[in-house]
Amino acid sequence: MPPRSDQAVIETPPACGDALGLAAMLTASEQDVARMMQICNACRYCEGFCAVFPAMTRRLEFGKADVHYLANLCHNCGACLHACQYAPPHEFAVNVPQAMAKVRVQTYQDYAWPRAMGQLYRRAGLSVALALAGGLSLFMVLAVAMSGRLIHQPLAGNFYAIFPHNFLAVVFSSVFLFAILALCIGVTRFWREVSPTRDVVSEDRFAIAAARLPATAEAVSDVATLRYLGGGHGEGCNEEDDGFTLLRRYFHQFTLYGFLLCFAATSVATLYHYLFGWEAPYPWISLPVILGSLGGAGLLLGPAGLLWLNLRRDPQHGDSAQHGMDRGFIALLFLISATGFALLVLRDTRFMALWLAIHLGTVMALFLTMPYGKFAHGVFRSAALLKYTIEKRLPNRLASGGE
Amino acid sequence: MSSSGDPDVLVIGGGNAALCAALMAREAGASVLILESAPRAWRGGNSMHVRNLRCMHDAPQDVLVEAYPEEEFWQDLLKVTGGLTNEGLARLVIRHSSRCRPWMRRHGVHFQPPLSGALHVARTNAFFMGGGKALVNAYYRSARNLGVRIRYETPVKSLEIADGRFKAAITEAGERITAKSCVLACGGFESNLEWQREAWGQNERGEWPAENFLIRGTRYNQGVLLKFMIDAGADTIGDPTQAHCVAIDARAPLYDGGICTRIDCVSLGVVVNRDGQRFYDEGEDFWPKRYAIWGRLVAQQPGQTAWSIIDRKAVGRFMPPVFEGTRAGTLEDLAQKIGLDPVPFMDTMRAYNTACRVGTFDHTTLDDCHTEELSPAKTHWALPIDAPPFYAYPLRPGITFTYLGMRTDRTAAVHFGGAPSVNLFAAGEMMAGNVLGKGYTAGVGMSIGTAFGRIAGVNAAQSAGFAHPEFKEEFAYAAAL
Ligand SMILES: Cc1cc2nc3c(=O)[nH]c(=O)nc-3n(C[C@H](O)[C@H](O)[C@H](O)COP(=O)(O)OP(=O)(O)OC[C@H]3O[C@@H](n4cnc5c(N)ncnc54)[C@H](O)[C@@H]3O)c2cc1C
Ligand code: HEM
Ligand code: SF4
Ligand code: SF4
Repeated sequence: MPPRSDQAVIETPPACGDALGLAAMLTASEQDVARMMQICNACRYCEGFCAVFPAMTRRLEFGKADVHYLANLCHNCGACLHACQYAPPHEFAVNVPQAMAKVRVQTYQDYAWPRAMGQLYRRAGLSVALALAGGLSLFMVLAVAMSGRLIHQPLAGNFYAIFPHNFLAVVFSSVFLFAILALCIGVTRFWREVSPTRDVVSEDRFAIAAARLPATAEAVSDVATLRYLGGGHGEGCNEEDDGFTLLRRYFHQFTLYGFLLCFAATSVATLYHYLFGWEAPYPWISLPVILGSLGGAGLLLGPAGLLWLNLRRDPQHGDSAQHGMDRGFIALLFLISATGFALLVLRDTRFMALWLAIHLGTVMALFLTMPYGKFAHGVFRSAALLKYTIEKRLPNRLASGGE
Repeated sequence: MSSSGDPDVLVIGGGNAALCAALMAREAGASVLILESAPRAWRGGNSMHVRNLRCMHDAPQDVLVEAYPEEEFWQDLLKVTGGLTNEGLARLVIRHSSRCRPWMRRHGVHFQPPLSGALHVARTNAFFMGGGKALVNAYYRSARNLGVRIRYETPVKSLEIADGRFKAAITEAGERITAKSCVLACGGFESNLEWQREAWGQNERGEWPAENFLIRGTRYNQGVLLKFMIDAGADTIGDPTQAHCVAIDARAPLYDGGICTRIDCVSLGVVVNRDGQRFYDEGEDFWPKRYAIWGRLVAQQPGQTAWSIIDRKAVGRFMPPVFEGTRAGTLEDLAQKIGLDPVPFMDTMRAYNTACRVGTFDHTTLDDCHTEELSPAKTHWALPIDAPPFYAYPLRPGITFTYLGMRTDRTAAVHFGGAPSVNLFAAGEMMAGNVLGKGYTAGVGMSIGTAFGRIAGVNAAQSAGFAHPEFKEEFAYAAAL
């Protein structure tokens, strides 16, 4: 049986630059990924590092959808750059993590909803800063407007004396739900592009159905353990040089689980409030405070570590144009946690309203920028991993033989 | 050790053999200095292009399946070298390969199961995760951590040798570096185009074939010290006119094209030369067993070039090539596009297509699709080339390494007039000709370089007064003492 891709081969973007066929439809950074993948596919030395290379070997040509998928599958670990015999100064100039990073941010932009908002990725650092400034001033002004002043007599930690609970619930849940909706629409668009149903060979339908459950379980575990920041051998990824370290994985775990714990704290508090009528402030030894404190600690340590790593990482990894987005997001997470702790400590003092406004302002900034900033990476990477874990359970239609 | 001053052991070269020697000498306690001619970005010589190590094993071993016993390995080596090997040294390499990987792992090398598309060596070869550059990086890291000093961009021009004893190395820049002992591990002379030209000579057409060769690996193996040692009277081994030569894509860069420039579709189509003629049975055997003879075959063609021609049926059945093929809707157009005279080309294609006797095509076995009454015949996988689009891939000879080197014994000592030097050793490609006088079998270059690199390092340390704490037993096993 001829390979499935025969049809498409005719339209393949040529690897080495003669502009024919579909190449015109690929952006410059997408063409760069396609060009490098063609080199990698003939080499394959990096197959053991991550999911990108096994996914690549199932393909002969790299169209827009393939490039978008692979770019989001890449974890920017750096292993394949340091191991590449074709990396600059070689004339092939293969730098997979960098090429992937450039496309990755472009996909966030292309699939953003509403589409026009995708423009924010172009200045993601600035967007975070503006959202932060906006969030802060909004809540400061509101605090003054609603309670008269920012500095006040101690209120025994009663936040709702400043902002009524329902007000906060409505404002935050509507922004948050919008962010979730926007991310869902974005990632659905991405999924449709990279896994078009029209391409599914009919024999595969059954295999896909059978794969769904185990594939999801594997993808969840790959996300939960950040498997592909392990370098394939479990010693971790690269930072400033060709040595491996697990620090990025650990700091990311602190960040990710910290974030989830903070989210859980808020959810529990919301349940307490509406289900049991227990109102904040909660005692130091209570589920919301414990979850929030643990999560907050993770969100201090994790982002601090990620920033430290980010600053000393080999500039060849990733795309330096994205430093604003990455570092802005890291800083925002750190600020949310830091201001949250400050609020916890100062909630019985005259500065509660001030710190409450500051904390709420930073949280608002995160929610506002979630669908248009670095946060999207978690959603898109998870989707790409799920596609990979499904795909690898399907028969490979290529029969490329030996040596 | 002090950060300056002359070392106990000087290692010249910066590839696998050099690093193995440096690490072993350092483990023995000697102070070690590596002189690598390449800048840091190009360090590692041909070793940065490798992908696997051929390993003997009597039972499944982590990434290696089944067994590959000593005798089978030896028979394989005997076959590929046509007997141009030294059984004692070959068996030493073979046995060493069965036990060296824990040491390699300790220095940061990671192994993985065979790459997709290389399953045929799953039993015999252990693959390096990330390939040779990852291996070289790991060794350099480990060397640095152990306190080995490394100097890049320091090509050595000559040595001072007195009565077979190493005294000092003189760098290209004129610096004189003394040491108690020295390991030479600076590869063959494959990068030296002038020397290649001389070695391959002029053909009956008046061409200098080597002028059209591409070098698959590093540009830094200029053979400077090889030449120096020959002139200094060291005993040599290996045919000075021979090199391992494979057919690669003609568009590969002059140096460092590496693995990805190979062309894997030869056995699925036909190969024609500049005159539009076929010249050899493309389906003689599985491609991995044949690709090495095609370098020489192409080297014999006018202009040292040829084209592999396939049609749509072959697409997806071979490892994807790094460069796009030239594509055309008809064979005439294809000939035109690649600059061949369509008349003889079409004659060749028509003759081939009509001679095909198609049975059951299966490129995973030596199938029954063959030609009849065609010369040269295509004995397997002969399908008519008739399904557009058609593709052409240009071929040229690509040199992997040369065979000429220093004669040694199992101590890795350089010999002068049959007598071993007490403090000058050779490892890797520089002496691989002792084991591999000609031919090649995948992964054996690294088996030789790792074995003799380690032995050379231990013995260089030994002659400087340092005993390696562990290697004795491993060596005794390998050398069957
Ligand atoms: C594309 C390719 C793929 C290969 N794949 C495999 C494989 O998968 N498995 C396998 O076993 N073998 C493979 N080989 C063969 C393998 O590369 C060699 O057998 C092995 O790397 C030799 O190691 P070495 O240390 O002797 O030489 P090299 O690794 O070439 O090192 C020589 C070093 O010496 C330095 N040098 C040269 N001259 C001087 C000087 N005058 N002064 C100072 N330094 C100098 C060079 O810069 C270089 O660092 C491959 C070869 C090529 C080209
Ligand atoms: C709530 C969820 C998440 C948060 C808050 C979060 C936060 C962060 C932060 C702050 C960085 C640092 C950026 C940098 O240093 O460059 C980062 C990087 C990274 N994240 Fe997440 N992340 C989340 C979810 C995920 C998920 C689900 C995955 C995927 C599988 C993931 C994979 C990665 C990877 C691989 C990197 C490093 C790559 C890079 O440098 O771009 N993250 N994340
Ligand atoms: S990154 Fe380099 S070494 Fe790795 S597979 Fe690609 S071309 Fe090969
Ligand atoms: S940078 Fe890491 S995750 Fe990305 S392709 Fe390379 S090895 Fe894979």
